[in-house]
Amino acid sequence: MNGPDDNSLDDDWPAISFSDRMATTEFKVHDRPHIVVDGKACVDCSTRSCIVACPADLFVPTSDGGILFNYEQCFECGTCYLVCNTEGAITWSYPEGGFGVIFRSS
Amino acid sequence: MADPDFDVVVVGAGPAGSCAAIEAARGGLRTLLLERGPFPGSKNMYGGVVYPRILDELIPEWWTDVPIQRWVTRRSTMVLTETKALSVDVRNDAWAAPPYNGATAYRPDFDRWLADHAVTAGATLLCNTTVTGLLRDSTRRSAGRSGAKVMGVRTDRPDGDVTASVVIACDGVNSFVAKEAGLYGTPNAKNFTLGVKETISLPKHVIDERFGVRDREGVDIEVIGCTGGINGGGFVYTNLDTVAVGVVLKLTQLAAQKTRPEDVIASMKRHSAIAPLIDGGELHEYSAHLIPEAGLSMMPEMTGNGLLIAGDAAALCLAAGIWLEGVNFAMASGMYAGQTVVDAIGNGDVSQRGLGGYARRLGDTFVLRDHRKLRRAHELVLSDRVQHMYPSMVTSIAERMFRVDNPAAKPGLRRIFREERKAAGVHLRDLISDSRSGFRSFG
Repeated sequence: MNGPDDNSLDDDWPAISFSDRMATTEFKVHDRPHIVVDGKACVDCSTRSCIVACPADLFVPTSDGGILFNYEQCFECGTCYLVCNTEGAITWSYPEGGFGVIFRSS
Repeated sequence: MADPDFDVVVVGAGPAGSCAAIEAARGGLRTLLLERGPFPGSKNMYGGVVYPRILDELIPEWWTDVPIQRWVTRRSTMVLTETKALSVDVRNDAWAAPPYNGATAYRPDFDRWLADHAVTAGATLLCNTTVTGLLRDSTRRSAGRSGAKVMGVRTDRPDGDVTASVVIACDGVNSFVAKEAGLYGTPNAKNFTLGVKETISLPKHVIDERFGVRDREGVDIEVIGCTGGINGGGFVYTNLDTVAVGVVLKLTQLAAQKTRPEDVIASMKRHSAIAPLIDGGELHEYSAHLIPEAGLSMMPEMTGNGLLIAGDAAALCLAAGIWLEGVNFAMASGMYAGQTVVDAIGNGDVSQRGLGGYARRLGDTFVLRDHRKLRRAHELVLSDRVQHMYPSMVTSIAERMFRVDNPAAKPGLRRIFREERKAAGVHLRDLISDSRSGFRSFG
């Protein structure tokens, strides 16, 4: 369905950019990544569920077929390691005490 | 052997941990409450409504100072298709006065308040501290079925080992403590849902008008049929000057459907039944959290040698369609864990057997009774027919009932039912079988 009506619908809901969306949540970032992704292990993965499922959109496919992970704006939810079906690709732990996501109105 | 640093270490200052610490400290135990966030509740997010009646004994007249947003006086269940909506809307004035029923609250406020009560009771609260492992008794070969006795926790602080007679793991849905203790099998994605939520700013008077409430009255709307091809549900609820809108998505399908979580929220927000409620609002905070959805079938063993598991860490979250509760189960299980430890230390036996009172307390109360009663409900609610076929059938039946199609005469309920059932592709035998299991699950 493409038509003027669809566009006016979009005008009602100006798409907020993903970075603006993530900017509404507070993060205290530690130097050490608490989650490490072995991008090489991801090359042979056919599902790549993490890319679509991570609510913070932190998994980025790279041109060489691997996956890059940005830990800075992580909700620490656990979705990625649960949907991952490549053994050893994701090493998951919590950030150092006091660091990571800080919810205020949740 | 030297005395342990504390009688009990509670891992995680959420509702389970703080209630465990209150009971333990009041029972005279030297109690340490550890929290990895900068303050209790900073890591926590939920589907919005807390039912605090379980606190009646622990914190008498808790409603006088609990930091809630609004008292829920309207509870709606909404069934959506792309262009239709059918709501069952329950309003009760008595829910606006003590002892109340449910309340919307921000977890960072609520959890901090509850942890303050633990501190008042005499517990030591230590924030900014992540537990990185368990300390085990290596001196004795007392292992047995539940492994070497837990002797405390390792934390990420310098010299961060803390010894204790008992550890209570209230470290949430990903509980690394329960996993390390071997009480939790390998977690399976099919047992979890992902909750994502937008907290949207709107002036209080606008929220009052749009939702038909005043003062501290509030609304909780649970939605089914709003998650596209992904099985799950949605919610809309009122805070004082924000509205929370979110979806709960079956993890395995989210991964398979190639739809991003924020896009599912966006599509629900565009629905004609939802859009006017939040029109003009601005995103205030975006958040996400996992939910242990599968209830009884995914629960770990909750008692180890010197170790108890409570709250989300023990999968004590009730996701049964029309009932969506977790904080109350966390608070109750935390209380019972705390009481059990007081007894066990008094009796001088904190082995798995000595901590047996915990399982008895859970089993004799709503904590496991509700879960046993509703053990099939989550499967039914997340089944394909309930998710994708029945919403279209029931909304169409309702629409036909109120459609005036003159000069055509009214078709009669039986015909409407038959035609709309067929139009939705529902076989009568499936409907009968689902109704039966519905009565069995909820009855």
